[in-house]
Amino acid sequence: MDHSLLERLQLSPDGIQIANRRLIQGNEAICEGAIAAGVHFYAGYPITPCTEIAEQMSIRQPQVGGVYLQMEDEVGSINAVMGASLTGKKAMTATAGPGISLMQDGIGWTQTDEIPSLIVNVQRAGPGLGNATRSGQMDVMQARWGPNGDREAVVLAPSSVEEAFWLTLKSVNLSERLRMGVIMLTEGLLGLMREVIDLPDFSTVPIEDRITPESHPDAGQYDGSRTEIRPFASFGTGYRSINGAWQPPGQVSNYYAGSGLSGLDAQDYNIRRLHDKVLSRRDELTFTESSETEDAEVLLIAFGTQARVARFAKDELRRQGVKAGLLRLVTLFPFPEEIVRAAAANAKQVIVPEMNLGQIRGEVSRALRMHDAEIVGVNHVDSTYIEPDEIISMVPAAARRQREGAAV
Amino acid sequence: MRKEIRLAGFGGQGIILAGYILGKAAGLYADKEAVFTQSYGPEARGGACAAQVIVSDEPVDYPLFDEAEFLVLMSQEAAEKYGPTAKIGATVLIDTELVDLSSVDLPDVEVLGAPFTRIAEQDFGLRIVANIVMLGFVTAATGLVEREAAEEAIRTEVKERFIDLNLRAFAAGLERGQQIVAEAVA
Repeated sequence: MDHSLLERLQLSPDGIQIANRRLIQGNEAICEGAIAAGVHFYAGYPITPCTEIAEQMSIRQPQVGGVYLQMEDEVGSINAVMGASLTGKKAMTATAGPGISLMQDGIGWTQTDEIPSLIVNVQRAGPGLGNATRSGQMDVMQARWGPNGDREAVVLAPSSVEEAFWLTLKSVNLSERLRMGVIMLTEGLLGLMREVIDLPDFSTVPIEDRITPESHPDAGQYDGSRTEIRPFASFGTGYRSINGAWQPPGQVSNYYAGSGLSGLDAQDYNIRRLHDKVLSRRDELTFTESSETEDAEVLLIAFGTQARVARFAKDELRRQGVKAGLLRLVTLFPFPEEIVRAAAANAKQVIVPEMNLGQIRGEVSRALRMHDAEIVGVNHVDSTYIEPDEIISMVPAAARRQREGAAV
Repeated sequence: MRKEIRLAGFGGQGIILAGYILGKAAGLYADKEAVFTQSYGPEARGGACAAQVIVSDEPVDYPLFDEAEFLVLMSQEAAEKYGPTAKIGATVLIDTELVDLSSVDLPDVEVLGAPFTRIAEQDFGLRIVANIVMLGFVTAATGLVEREAAEEAIRTEVKERFIDLNLRAFAAGLERGQQIVAEAVA
């Protein structure tokens, strides 16, 4: 068990017992992480490259007393997840490609109506139908901005099978804490890749549950703060839906009935509160990994599988005497702007390798708009993986060395 | 030290399972880091399929490779498709009765082989263990994992009543591999 990985995700390793060591796929690690976190409801529609999640959940959910429901499509799936969560169950779905596009409406509801849930996108390549059996990182900005309206989104991206397990658990915990849908953005490559992982005894892992009116005596009254997360009254627990402890805030006029706010004031308040509830808790949900960034003149910023390639490139650049560092983003949104700025403090060049045409590079450029570093991308959209040499050749000194090496 | 092996054949030969057992042997029973990937998708059904295993003493950052230093070919179609992915100087291991390399675009490599499928049929009456015969041969010819680690991975992966059969198939492949390697050296 990698303690630094757990600490990075703000999960205390204390007391966690290892149950067994296995060689498993990223997709399977997601299932196990979700079950460890207490997910007892899965609804989905199988699609490559995340079919193994549905397959595994159809086996595992009955074993843990949960429900596996294969829906007619992705719209049904995300709505079933919301329904289950509204009754108090921890619920999730997983999809890919056009499936995640179909789910956008529901994802928006989980965010604006504050319905805890986990949505996993095992990214395949391409827009539209795309290339089902190939991996990609093209849904980054969709994860942030897919649904309508002004909302915050929490989007997390693992880089290894072990991290997929713990990040899934953390995502479920955060969805319960923040009372909203949390998106885990992984990739076909990671979903189907097998690595060794120490699986814990699930009774020893830190899990979080949503606050309910029963556990919160002041639940009845809305407190008017900008960052409030209201206790969650499950359907069927005796709370009335109007003026009760729980009411869908998407219906603002009802939600704020009795609060003294009405009409456009309530709308304004609601949208700002949904933003502030996430942004005021950035410290609790911003996870990154810095390697040799302190003196880095060349800073690599990467996420997911391509962060592994970037680490390889960073180590090679260091061997060549280039002061290179790597900032790996686990949290993609809210975008960790301040951490990017700190890591880039000494950087003359910032390289962002990603399997899209520059979606994270755009966010990096925005974060570093007052910074005079050159910001360049290494971008693949042909479903081949970025090679370390492509990153290395972006660094002028290393490129010169490559050319000289080739000439010799 | 990072080592890369690709195992290729046709869907149904147990190629993926053999790769998985090798990955498990390295990652769980040989105190090494291992990453296992497999070719995936419609093209794998009945057609050529492949499993890739990276075995390393260090954590594996880059989980992929194109050119393989060890390449196993178990069908003609796989040989045509994956033969060109052999690295110069690679060790290519083939089922000698299923693969004819004369038409395959190969770089300069060392070729070793045995009739894995026929051994499975003749010695064990079961073509289905050809992948485990091959795994034994691979273990002897590549040194990626120790015999004991591979055997432990087999023991924990196959159904109880088939453990003995699979261990015998593994031993047959291993012995043939040791013999062929000794001949190649001499």
